[in-house]
Amino acid sequence: MSPEALMSWIIFTPTLFAFGLIFFDKKAEESMRNWSLFGTIVTFLQTVLLACSFSASDAGIQHMVKVPWIENWHINYQIGFDGISLPLVLLTSFVSMLSMLASWSIKKQVKGYMVLFLLLETGMLGVFLSLDFFLFYVFWEVMLLPMYFLIGIWGGPRREYAAIKFFLYTLAGSVLMLIAILMFYFGSAPEGQIGSFDLMQLTAMAEKGDAFSPGLQVAAFILLFIGFAIKVPSFPFHTWLPDAHVEAPTPISMILAGVLLKMGGYGIIRVAFPLCPYGAQYAAYVLVAIGVTSIIYGGFAALAQTDFKRLVAYSSVSHMGYVLLGIAVWKITETSGAAVGRDYWLMGMNGAMFQMLAHGISSPAMFFMVGVIYDRVHHRDINQFGGLANLMPLYSGLAAGIFFAGLGLPGMCGFIGEVFVVLSTWNYSKTLAIVAASGVIITAGYILWCLQRVYLGPEYKGPHLDEIQANPLTTRETFIGATFLALCIFFGVFPNYVFDMTGKSMEKLVQGLDTGYQNTQKLTGGVQTTQTTQTQN
Amino acid sequence: MNDIGSLVVRLLDETTKTSVGLFAPELVLSGTIVLMLALRVLPGLSRIPTQWIALLGAFASFGLTLCQFDRLISGEIHPTSFFTGMLMFDQFATFFRMFLSLFLILTITLTVLTGIPDRDDAPDFYTLLIGSTIGMMIMASANHLLMVFMGVEMTSVPSYAMVGFLKGRKKSSEAALKYVVYGAGAAGVMLYGISLLAGLTGTGSMPEMAQRLGMIVSQNAGIGDATIRTMLLASMMVLVGLAFKLSIFPFHFWCPDAFEGASAEVAGFLSVASKAGAFALLVRFGLSFTGSSAAVSEVAFSLGIGLGVLAAATATFGNLSAYGQTNIKRMLAYSTIAHAGYMLMAVSALFVLAHGKYVGVDTLGETRRCIEGLIYYLFVYLFMNLGAFAIVALIRNQIFSEEIEDYNGLATQCPLLCFGMLLCVFSLVGLPPMGGFWAKLVIFSAVFKATSVHWVMWGVLGAGAINTVFSLFYYIRILKAMYIKPRPMGARSVRYELFPVGVFVLMLCLPVLGLGILPQGFTDKFHNIADALLTQIGR
Repeated sequence: MSPEALMSWIIFTPTLFAFGLIFFDKKAEESMRNWSLFGTIVTFLQTVLLACSFSASDAGIQHMVKVPWIENWHINYQIGFDGISLPLVLLTSFVSMLSMLASWSIKKQVKGYMVLFLLLETGMLGVFLSLDFFLFYVFWEVMLLPMYFLIGIWGGPRREYAAIKFFLYTLAGSVLMLIAILMFYFGSAPEGQIGSFDLMQLTAMAEKGDAFSPGLQVAAFILLFIGFAIKVPSFPFHTWLPDAHVEAPTPISMILAGVLLKMGGYGIIRVAFPLCPYGAQYAAYVLVAIGVTSIIYGGFAALAQTDFKRLVAYSSVSHMGYVLLGIAVWKITETSGAAVGRDYWLMGMNGAMFQMLAHGISSPAMFFMVGVIYDRVHHRDINQFGGLANLMPLYSGLAAGIFFAGLGLPGMCGFIGEVFVVLSTWNYSKTLAIVAASGVIITAGYILWCLQRVYLGPEYKGPHLDEIQANPLTTRETFIGATFLALCIFFGVFPNYVFDMTGKSMEKLVQGLDTGYQNTQKLTGGVQTTQTTQTQN
Repeated sequence: MNDIGSLVVRLLDETTKTSVGLFAPELVLSGTIVLMLALRVLPGLSRIPTQWIALLGAFASFGLTLCQFDRLISGEIHPTSFFTGMLMFDQFATFFRMFLSLFLILTITLTVLTGIPDRDDAPDFYTLLIGSTIGMMIMASANHLLMVFMGVEMTSVPSYAMVGFLKGRKKSSEAALKYVVYGAGAAGVMLYGISLLAGLTGTGSMPEMAQRLGMIVSQNAGIGDATIRTMLLASMMVLVGLAFKLSIFPFHFWCPDAFEGASAEVAGFLSVASKAGAFALLVRFGLSFTGSSAAVSEVAFSLGIGLGVLAAATATFGNLSAYGQTNIKRMLAYSTIAHAGYMLMAVSALFVLAHGKYVGVDTLGETRRCIEGLIYYLFVYLFMNLGAFAIVALIRNQIFSEEIEDYNGLATQCPLLCFGMLLCVFSLVGLPPMGGFWAKLVIFSAVFKATSVHWVMWGVLGAGAINTVFSLFYYIRILKAMYIKPRPMGARSVRYELFPVGVFVLMLCLPVLGLGILPQGFTDKFHNIADALLTQIGR
């Protein structure tokens, strides 16, 4: 199969499997699970096949498909991938597969759960593969609907509140994105002609610097950034996350942490920055500050939690802060607008990308580990744990390994991203670099303290001791945990597999942003014009 | 004597050769009414079920309008005014008449399935329903201020009776009375406005109005000019009449009461059909101001800005009020108000863009986007709103309740109805891939375009965006009840057959999805309609 057709198959295979579920009998729960798992495995294998057709030396979009969808509006079904989206596509199908494997714990309305889960996967893969702004938006929203029900029906006690909060936050963000879409659509063509939704074309126009005025870029960037920052989530838009994570069932928490948060980062890299380089640079300092705040704030918040899952949720806020930080460390000389130490910035970008992948592996794993113990003892109060290492040695060993990866221990995946980002921040601002680096200490603090309270200690004194003893780790659970841990170590030792894939595309992106900013400044006179344009508007 | 003779001959000629043919769909519907009433009187024939006759009439009318529309597109017949300039025959009007006939078919089918008018009442009910539809069709093709009033009244009077049709229910009668009183007031104001306009210009014909106004208003007259003031007052009064039909804030008070009192079938009919008629009329009325002098343009421009503010207020008010409702019909009534607000945004953008020249931007060409968006919105709205009301009616027949909390856990009992509701609700919020999203996007893009003319439109756009988020809050409560809450023990169960009920629900709800995934064909069509309307007024 050609890679072009393969991409469409990847997006819609889960949907086809979801349709297939209609024909299952309501009571045939086991076979429905197997069928859905088979669907996610097929999807994963297809993405691996897609990765085989990837050429790392090519920086641009590969195997682009462009079929007219709504012609008189110039909307296309346009998909393709490059070094930035491919790793995330792989991550999505991989995490989906393992979360589906973790979905055996779902006992209620199995059929509905499986259908929604598979539709969610279609939405996620669509977001990463689409190159048309309109299509991107459609998939972005399509993903919302199943997520609402997955949290709302299968979640914990406060599920309704968490589900609606998640939905409202994300919808608010996407409505802002919609206005930005209109700005670019109408801004990309002279009066009386039809604009464009083509992200690649819009990027090229932004790089040339004459299409979008600085005022438009700043306004659009703010709208887009809020939309994506809600998803990342960055301080102060993060409050939906702890609720959603805590209430969602374990497999959905894994998806949320592993994939959905990456969409925010991906959106910033793929859409917000390339389309408004001027706006991005204009806001760079604020972005860096938000990133650093998220790191520190998330760390302190995690330190204060007594709910095991909430702790992991806040650690996500903290870890995703590095992503934003790495993307935004863009320093320029005021006169020419050229980037200062562009290689450092590129390093930050690469670090951010790596951090997304690393967090995409370690964070679902952490949620899974929490889920395993929750299934047995039915509570998540850290202070009521202790001594699990004696009772469940295998589980505790896997969990410790995974938590160390989250901590950023050298030799594991969490380390590489953080180091790259902090190093590149030094070039941007030494103070902020020091603050960001001290975040690592807080991380170590809450993770080690958590490990101590949960796994160490003489004996387990909490409720449901009998269930722990009756149910040792199942093969399925061991397999999931071990796979995650193996990947954590693998990417910690061989980070180059990721950097080889993303390197060229990132270089092209950074170069494009740099020229885009310089051109915009050259053609319009920069900041002064910004103010006059704003008053004109 | 000879003169009068030739006049009569000409009149006869016009009437028989063109007018009657063009008016055929309405005539067929009128004939259906007469037939239904006659059959009841004639002995032995009263056994023929009335609903089938009504349905047949609606189908005939739909077929005729469809033929007319096809022939208009292919150029076999040309747009023209008929009945001595009283009515207009063009793509725009014919599309709306087709739309209304289709809607009539769906509503009658729904009443057949739910059995709301019983056997004895059926002739009365269908007479009112069809009569009101004829009124709306006249509104859509009105070309003369007189017909504007006639259309509005002919629509309103049967609707008053339909709202009060559930005899013996106190709420229903109260609702009908409220509706009558408001309606009469609004109609009076509107009539006053019409007479002012007609007196000012010396004509009631809308295409001539712009020219006449241009003549009587001096070139550099400002808002202080007496003629301008009268004109502004008159147009505002006409707009009040239409705003009442559209339930625009602050003329919306009748709407929640009327909808709660009326049966769900009637509420569904009123919410969609009367909007379609009134918006068609509003667009035509608005366009009749174009191409006049700068001073008239200025007035129309400020009216557009005013409508934008009203639209934002309506959407916000509707959504905020809907939040506290526990009765689903009342909630949907407020949602109807909110949607009228979104659609009014398109009309406001239309006024603003059509008169952009006044502030130095020639954006007349962009007005077709407003019309296109409005039509698309109405078209999607037909399916999503009627779908929602139909499901409410079908569920009411089984559980005898329209309270949202009685919907708890229904998803396990009637998955198909709940799935239909899900599609309709997400479309009402405006989420892709439903049709409601595309419709909203086109309207928002029209408003966005209008922001380049006047900054107030940014506020309107912002209000539209924020309201989309607001609205999710209450719509989702319906789904939350259906899907997330458990079905309480001992609650009445819902049973329905896949055919015809299930098929009918799918027929209403699947287009909602289809219009979102494949909007191409319809946007094309609606684009052409808008184009034709604009070329026809000579611009």
